[in-house]
Amino acid sequence: MTTGFVFAITGGALFALGAAGIVLIGDLMRRILAFNLMGSGAFLVLVGLAQRYDVADPVPHAMVLTGIVVAVAATALALALVRKLHALTGEIELPDDADE
Amino acid sequence: MNEPLIDPLVWLILLPLAWATLAFVLGPGRGGWLAIAGLVAQCWLAFNLAQQVSAGVAVVHAVGGWGAPLGIDLAVDGLSAAMLLLTQTVALPLAIYARSYFKASDPAGAGFWPLTGFLIAGMNALFVSADLFNLYVTLELVGLAAVGLVAAGGGAQQVAAALRYLFATLVGSGAYLLGVALIYGVYGTVSIATLLPLVTNEVPRLVWIASALIVSGLILKTALFPFHFWLPPAHGGAPAPVSALLSALVVKASFYLILRLWLGPLQSVLPAFGWLLALLGAAAIFWGSWQAIRAVKLKRLIAYSTVAQLGYLFLIFPLLAAPAALQAAVMQAFAHGLAKAGMFAAAGVLIKATGQDTVAGLAGAVERLPVTMFAFALSGITLMGLPPSSGFLAKWQIIQAALAQGHWIIVVVVLAGGLLAAVYVFRVLRLGFLSTPENVTFTPVSRVLEWSAFALAAASVLLGLRGVELIQLLGART
Repeated sequence: MTTGFVFAITGGALFALGAAGIVLIGDLMRRILAFNLMGSGAFLVLVGLAQRYDVADPVPHAMVLTGIVVAVAATALALALVRKLHALTGEIELPDDADE
Repeated sequence: MNEPLIDPLVWLILLPLAWATLAFVLGPGRGGWLAIAGLVAQCWLAFNLAQQVSAGVAVVHAVGGWGAPLGIDLAVDGLSAAMLLLTQTVALPLAIYARSYFKASDPAGAGFWPLTGFLIAGMNALFVSADLFNLYVTLELVGLAAVGLVAAGGGAQQVAAALRYLFATLVGSGAYLLGVALIYGVYGTVSIATLLPLVTNEVPRLVWIASALIVSGLILKTALFPFHFWLPPAHGGAPAPVSALLSALVVKASFYLILRLWLGPLQSVLPAFGWLLALLGAAAIFWGSWQAIRAVKLKRLIAYSTVAQLGYLFLIFPLLAAPAALQAAVMQAFAHGLAKAGMFAAAGVLIKATGQDTVAGLAGAVERLPVTMFAFALSGITLMGLPPSSGFLAKWQIIQAALAQGHWIIVVVVLAGGLLAAVYVFRVLRLGFLSTPENVTFTPVSRVLEWSAFALAAASVLLGLRGVELIQLLGART
């Protein structure tokens, strides 16, 4: 078992933890953290699996950098929306869908 | 390769980016004319591109002069040219509609033009990307812009709907990204053209996991039953032009991606999921229609109708061995895109005129707003699949492909879905034909709003008469 493979397995576990967090946690701040955990898991898999023959592959590094930019933008948008929701309702949990 | 100065492929991405940025610089609520001018040019570019593809010219662009596998390729075939055409032709009337829908001081319209521009740039980039990772980035661009548009209404319900949508879309693209990471780990490339010969019938187990992740992420983003939970609040709560853009176009982007992978690099893996997707599609048709029949609010009704209509797109997956199935999928994407944009636009007019968003409040609408109700009815004809509309053509092709392969069960689902659509469409029309109650007043509405809704609805019906060109475009092999 190579180091890269260990990283990839860890990444898969982090992804699963994060995805479960987004689905199961009501608190929106913790949900945003869970999303970041999920993203980091995917990045770890991307970098870890590509380390074959113990030579670093630069392409996934470029991809992960791009992915981090996307994740930062998504986190910023989510935080802005949570702040807005907090200002409007005083809660940081999603209200029930009123029309259901 | 000598590059022409106006490469439509590149300008279809650059133009919306340019007008979106300019609109942002101009300030809140401004830039409508800019957007309309940009979209007129984009329509011309998309037609131009479709002509080139029909004529059999291979349209490929290596970004920055660096081709695959090191760089990123943009490529257009019949399927992407058709989707580009759909996006521009739906967006242009909606832009004209939105310009008179949002008054200058309306806070709901403050970020509309920049966000719409980024949304369309993202969609166009998605349709021409030939690289799995680039597709991920465009998928996120589309998702983030769409969430911004949903939140633009500014009310607590809308912000909550936007957050729900944001988490759904992030989980969806996260699953897609993990799938891409696994594929890169196995094959060492994300270029679709390079992957094509590498993925053979004997694939490692990791590729199966990757495919399952990619498909589940994308159906979450396409709001296929039972992952549709985020769609009705997001599409039903947003301002009418936003609902129209999201329902008509955005959900088709992730569907396109499934189709692209199914016909392309993952063609030996994905057909194993065919019947599962068709089953979920059938469930979506019944559940979405049932919820639309029960809906109290008009825009909820239309949003649930979107859930149902998306179901048809997934019925084609077990049938894809026949070329008619692909034609049916694209025809259904066009039919639903035009009709749903027209229907949401008409609903926006009705809501503006009556001042409320309930189906019951529509009594007397035919008398006061004949053009708008006619637009609603025309869209309804397409959704039900009555001839000569494009919806009829789409359903006819699904039925034909299903019968040719002996899958009569799909025929039953399609026919039952058409009847259910008739129930919710006629629910609205019946109320519209009642006489106006005495205590109800209709506010006058701009003609531009009424006629742009009508144009979209009429286009959805008339496309049925010009379906051959679309089918030829899909058949073009470059």
